[in-house]
Amino acid sequence: MSETLDLTLKVWRQPGPDASGRYVEYKLTEISTHMSFLEMLDVLNEQLNEKGEEMVAFDHDCREGICGMCSLMINGQAHGPDSGTTTCQLHMRRFKNGDTIVVEPWRARAFPVLRDLVVDRSAFDRIIQEGGFISANTGSAPDANSVPIPAPVQETAMDAAACIGCGACVAACKNASAMLFVSAKVSHLSTLPQGKPERDSRVQSMVAQMDLEGFGNCTNTEECQAACPAEISVSNIARLNREFLRAQLCSKE
Amino acid sequence: MADTANTVFNSRVPDGPMAEKWDRCKQEMKLVNPANKRKKKIIVVGTGLAGASAAASLAELGYQVESFCFQDSPRRAHSIAAQGGINAAKNYPNDGDSVWRLFYDTVKGGDYRSREANVHRLAQVSNNIIDQCTAQGVPFARDYGGLLSNRSFGGAQVSRTFYARGQTGQQLLLGAYSALMRQVGTGRVKLFPRREMLDLVVVDGVARGIIVRNLITGEFEKYSADCVLLCTGGYSSAFYLSTNAKGSNVTAAWRCHKRGAYFANPCYTQIHPTCIPVSGDYQSKLTLMSESLRNDGRVWVPGGQGDQRRGNQIPDAERDYYLERRYPAFGNLVPRDVASRAAKERCDAGYGVGSTQQAVFLDFRDAIARDGRHAIEAKYGNLFHMYAKITGEDPYQVPMRIYPAVHYTMGGLWVDYQLQSSIPGLFVLGEANFSDHGANRLGASALMQGLADGYFVAPYTTSNFLGSQNLPDVSTDDEAFTEAMANAQDRNSKILGVQGTRSSDSIHRELGHILWDHCGMSRESQGLELAMGKISDLRDEFWSSIKVLGQGEQLNQNLEHAGRLADFLEFGELMVRDALVREESCGGHFREEHQTKDNEALRDDENFSHVSAWEFTGVGNEPVEHREQLEFIEVPLATRSYK
Repeated sequence: MSETLDLTLKVWRQPGPDASGRYVEYKLTEISTHMSFLEMLDVLNEQLNEKGEEMVAFDHDCREGICGMCSLMINGQAHGPDSGTTTCQLHMRRFKNGDTIVVEPWRARAFPVLRDLVVDRSAFDRIIQEGGFISANTGSAPDANSVPIPAPVQETAMDAAACIGCGACVAACKNASAMLFVSAKVSHLSTLPQGKPERDSRVQSMVAQMDLEGFGNCTNTEECQAACPAEISVSNIARLNREFLRAQLCSKE
Repeated sequence: MADTANTVFNSRVPDGPMAEKWDRCKQEMKLVNPANKRKKKIIVVGTGLAGASAAASLAELGYQVESFCFQDSPRRAHSIAAQGGINAAKNYPNDGDSVWRLFYDTVKGGDYRSREANVHRLAQVSNNIIDQCTAQGVPFARDYGGLLSNRSFGGAQVSRTFYARGQTGQQLLLGAYSALMRQVGTGRVKLFPRREMLDLVVVDGVARGIIVRNLITGEFEKYSADCVLLCTGGYSSAFYLSTNAKGSNVTAAWRCHKRGAYFANPCYTQIHPTCIPVSGDYQSKLTLMSESLRNDGRVWVPGGQGDQRRGNQIPDAERDYYLERRYPAFGNLVPRDVASRAAKERCDAGYGVGSTQQAVFLDFRDAIARDGRHAIEAKYGNLFHMYAKITGEDPYQVPMRIYPAVHYTMGGLWVDYQLQSSIPGLFVLGEANFSDHGANRLGASALMQGLADGYFVAPYTTSNFLGSQNLPDVSTDDEAFTEAMANAQDRNSKILGVQGTRSSDSIHRELGHILWDHCGMSRESQGLELAMGKISDLRDEFWSSIKVLGQGEQLNQNLEHAGRLADFLEFGELMVRDALVREESCGGHFREEHQTKDNEALRDDENFSHVSAWEFTGVGNEPVEHREQLEFIEVPLATRSYK
């Protein structure tokens, strides 16, 4: 197997939120297979800068798969071809010499493009602000061991809490639904005893905000789960639906 | 060499016995009545553990808070990448822990270069942090009975570390973020993401506002307040390659320094022993793996030099478990600085492994044989997964290859006991300040400090400041705001105006090489002198040959990077100068001239038991060194030994 790759990139370029965008083709040669995908884009940007062309804008920060800042549709797949992997952790050994790679931003009405591959995901923050928390003012907490939480319950909560908020679920969904994201937070908090007191208001407020932001509905395609780098399960969506129904039927608020 | 001003520092450490200082301080603090709190505005820059927790807690108290971060969401701050855990003196395992022992371990671990009173307070509030986070829904690991589980961590002989798989930082940050977002929902916090702080505004000697650049539109914006909290993290990215996020930077702290805030101990940088080695010159960052791996993994190199066999093909008789050999009491769990230097020593002596020979093995063979693959997977599954992703090797089959990398910076802006910098009204929290970790930070202590400062210290001390001041109203039309904004705009225009030939990445890499070679894991005077000159030359080159395309009035990531780099090029010189002046070895600062015959760090308590706090006097000018003498009353000075 060759240690370096020659590639053709088709990258979405869009100068600003209101400008129209288009694909621009770039040729790259001698890309090491040990590079990460973003390091490959760094190489592209260095070459563009040298030629006097503006660099491709893309979001990234930790480059170790946890901050959720990186995104990209790579050949039509959110975060590229590997499962359970963010774009920053995708390595070029996954591609073949001579490949053409199409790179696009997340596409969703609720995630407007700001420039090139950068989108605005603040809709997620606004959903969290409507109820993605447990109201516990600093200083008011009882001893951490005063409420035992069975290990399996804690594990279930942790599985859901692992969501990195990158938006791949939305980008992968044909309806641009944010159900996986919302359900992960609702599951995390409603599973824990500490989150029970607010469970009804939480799920109703978060779902209302989700609708307001213009995300689509869930039609059980499960593409979100397949694309999720944190491997959040769609069973959380079932739990979200249950929580929502329960709140609608039983809420005293 | 730099002048030393004999300033008598007022660190405002309360009198009285160590265990009573914090209580006494709180009792003497001024309060702000609830009606007045609503009228006070506080700016918090940064939304990591320190920033998010401070902003949320202050808003809960009733203040108007404005919260800024350069990322697209406060949830992205780099605290999120901390893996291993958070310390607290709960003593749930009944293994002899206490507030005093956590305090003692942290002072000793810091190699006696931290301020005792601050560290004691940190240990005192550590337990409240665990309670607070649990109440917020942080899913810490639990035993089958449902009670919290602990593990041991480098540098400690008790199990006091709480954790959430290998994602403790993520879960703690999401807890603080959720508390912050709740306050955004109430309207008490106004959130300003994708804003980069580019200057501090000082009015009549008091920090009264900030200048930021809106990273989407490129516009400059002015914000005024009654005080400013800086929670902007550390400066590891000066080295280019580090475990920090790509966006992590020193800009906000450095611009405060240029406005008069003293920078303390910039040479104290931490090199983390368990990182994935460099694979090529395209490398953009290094990835850390939690040092909790050292609980079960054994560190070794081949007994012979230049051995190129795969780790699993080397028989036991030909392996050198050098940490267990040199440090029988702590073995693989020695503190980070000790483990890092030992790895460098072995590699420099020719025993390194892998293609670059700049790596040592971290081997789980024995742990898998003892506990079973399932148990190891449960503890470290995500780390093994990440290692396999990056290297293409399966660590269940062959030993991991690891090498130290820059990870954390103990130095930072000087603060007093109240976390106030040398500019009144400017408070500095978390990694951005210098106070709690001395010359070396123990594992699982960074998360503890960030949250201690944000949840339990700053809410008191900023209230005390606001309650004891009678600040006049200030408007963003004030001359100081106009001047600061022009200053920030001018710097950006200059960068765009150079239109040279070199990219910001290439200059940053070069700076990184200079710092790593001469001011990294070991330092000596000639190399440091050389580095000072090289950095100064590189800075000149930056201003004559940087090439940044595009406009200022747009989303321009290259401009953002170049601006941060320009600050690193000024800051780097200070770091090297500080390393040069500190003629001793302590913690992460290892001067080759000062070592024992066993190559261990040799401190000079008589001459260097102080904090060096630097005052800015102009770019390229010699800064003035101020010294805060450190006193060790509770934890008597002793040679740090892990043998």
